[in-house]
Amino acid sequence: MALIEVRNVSKIYHLGGEEIRALDDVSVDIDGGEFISIIGPSGSGKSTLMHILGCLDSPSKGTIRLDGALIEHASERELAGIRNRKIGFVFQFFNLLPKLTVLQNVELPLIYTGVSSRERRERALQALKLVDMENRAKHRPMQLSGGQQQRTAIARALVNDPKIVFADEPTGNLDSHTGETILQLFYKISEEGRTVALVTHDPEIAAFTPRRIEIRDGKIARNVDSKLAGLGTSPRFSIPSPSATQHPS
Amino acid sequence: MNFLITINVGLKEIWANKFRSVLTMLGIILGVGSLVAQSALVKGLENGMKEALIAVGGLEKVYVTPQAIPVWQRHRKDQAVGNTMNDIYALQHSAPLVHLVTPEMQTREVTVTRAGKAFNPWHFVGTWPDALELNKHVIEHGRMVSDVDEKEARSVCVIGTGTRDALFGSPEGIGREINPVGEFININHQRFRIIGMFQHYESELDRKARALAQESAPEPGKVGPTRKRGFGSGKSKSGGGLSFEWKNNTIYIPLNTMWLKFRAGVAVPLLPGAGAAAGLDSGPDPRLSTVYFKVKDLSQMNDALQQARNVMMHTHKGIDDFAFNTEENQSENIAVATRNARLSGGIIAAISLLVGGVGIMNIMLASITERVREIGVRKAVGATFMDIFIQILVESVVIAIIGGVAGLLASQGLVKLLTLISPADYTPVITVDAMLLAFGFSVVVGVLAGIFPGLKAARLHPIQALRYD
Repeated sequence: MALIEVRNVSKIYHLGGEEIRALDDVSVDIDGGEFISIIGPSGSGKSTLMHILGCLDSPSKGTIRLDGALIEHASERELAGIRNRKIGFVFQFFNLLPKLTVLQNVELPLIYTGVSSRERRERALQALKLVDMENRAKHRPMQLSGGQQQRTAIARALVNDPKIVFADEPTGNLDSHTGETILQLFYKISEEGRTVALVTHDPEIAAFTPRRIEIRDGKIARNVDSKLAGLGTSPRFSIPSPSATQHPS
Repeated sequence: MNFLITINVGLKEIWANKFRSVLTMLGIILGVGSLVAQSALVKGLENGMKEALIAVGGLEKVYVTPQAIPVWQRHRKDQAVGNTMNDIYALQHSAPLVHLVTPEMQTREVTVTRAGKAFNPWHFVGTWPDALELNKHVIEHGRMVSDVDEKEARSVCVIGTGTRDALFGSPEGIGREINPVGEFININHQRFRIIGMFQHYESELDRKARALAQESAPEPGKVGPTRKRGFGSGKSKSGGGLSFEWKNNTIYIPLNTMWLKFRAGVAVPLLPGAGAAAGLDSGPDPRLSTVYFKVKDLSQMNDALQQARNVMMHTHKGIDDFAFNTEENQSENIAVATRNARLSGGIIAAISLLVGGVGIMNIMLASITERVREIGVRKAVGATFMDIFIQILVESVVIAIIGGVAGLLASQGLVKLLTLISPADYTPVITVDAMLLAFGFSVVVGVLAGIFPGLKAARLHPIQALRYD
């Protein structure tokens, strides 16, 4: 069974009596440990799809099964719990809380999980070590560079050991070099067995991931899996691709 | 989410916006401060009025005065005896619920003279030694009239400081305290020896004012003869002062002395068999001005009065020519005045607290608008509706609590300031009750002010919140 099963999902907005279909009858499966990108021009519905997959929003029609649980039946409280324990988010504008230190920012999800303060600190430091930020734990977000801020945000997404990490244009606000290191960080995370979904409009970044889901006008235009197509690794980076045995068919 | 962490978050938020938080708290500080201060003022007022009530003998004191005979008993008018010593003895022996039964015979419009100086005492009465305890008098020099004075009808008197000040000079006027015991004065041309003097009675406030005047040097600017400044020119300007003045201007002599020396010439037209009309002498008028007694137990006031009435109905031959008077009325007046002052002041202070609450709500609304993204982030990483709601609520309550504590501190200063500005009022008394009430009220205001912003923040949709700029 796939980690995420999306079946006939539509998201319809009503704007001044006009019906806008941000997602139109989308069905897709994402397996555990996959590294995918959701690509499409702005307004295509890729962000809406990510929000629905990330339990930030609920679909107008269709069903979503996340790790075996039907999420449209979940209450707001249960959705918050799923976001807290199973999903990590990385945003384009980092969205760190400026008044908290790096460590406190990373601790934030654990506060809502109800973890004791000592364990929170330990796990937050571990997550920071993972992104190579442990020596900046006492800094405030404003004292960090963009790349460091994004690494902090990634540490925050990882701190609760989620199954899926969603990243919405994670390199959009970074220069290309920093962007690359961030992308490599995501690759490393996916190597550890986590599902990583990048949302981007940039085909170059999408080319970095083994699987690409292209969205246009609320529909899946193309669903390219380089492994299945036998295209081998991404052309831009010389990173070893996940072996075929790791990739569940 | 851990409650302590929420409080911590709230405190940090307040600390991060120090200036704004202080401004927000100001409303609560002033509200709590004025609530406590006004209650202190009212308490001071109440204390002052109660002080005066106690000075006149307290709530237990009952005095029986003559009353016009009711219409249906007018035909027996000539049999009415009035209040006499018979009532005193009867009450002493047959009314166990009352004690300190004391007769009082008053002569009005007397003039006391000594060495060219004259004085009109307010209250010149012949009475028993019990009057000392009954009216809460305290002897400063000498002694009270005794049973022997009474028996032998001696020409002795006990005076208050009012008489002393007028005839011998006041300590303020001549710079030293005069002890008049042993001196002689003339009361309506009859020679009396002073055997005792009461202490000087004054309200708490007057005592302080006098102490203050003693400290400061005498004013050299005052020239010309001393003068009275018209009606109500008494020394005390506070309302309760009259009771104290009354006591200071009292002169006590033995009852029998009063009867023999001041009543002998008074005709007794109403006494049965009185021969006034026929020119026969029936002896001095034996009627008492007032019969005093105290109820032993205040909770049995009604029973005691009924008992006293039953006894006195016998001695008065069933004629209803006497009335009971108590200080309950004054006590009720104090209660009403206090309640009114407390209510009006309390409402005004409560309004200012509410305004403070509105200030908190306003700031909390501004604060959540400022932090929409933060709320979005918190929701994205797993904060539930209740987490956000409680966070905002706690921030609001913490502001209110800090404001409340600061307000309690401010109230101490405010009360001092009020005493400084208007020292002629009663000393304000800050009560723990008032402080608890004001503090509790400020917490309630904090909770109420936090509910709406809290709901608004908690209801934010995570995606819209994250997109907010």
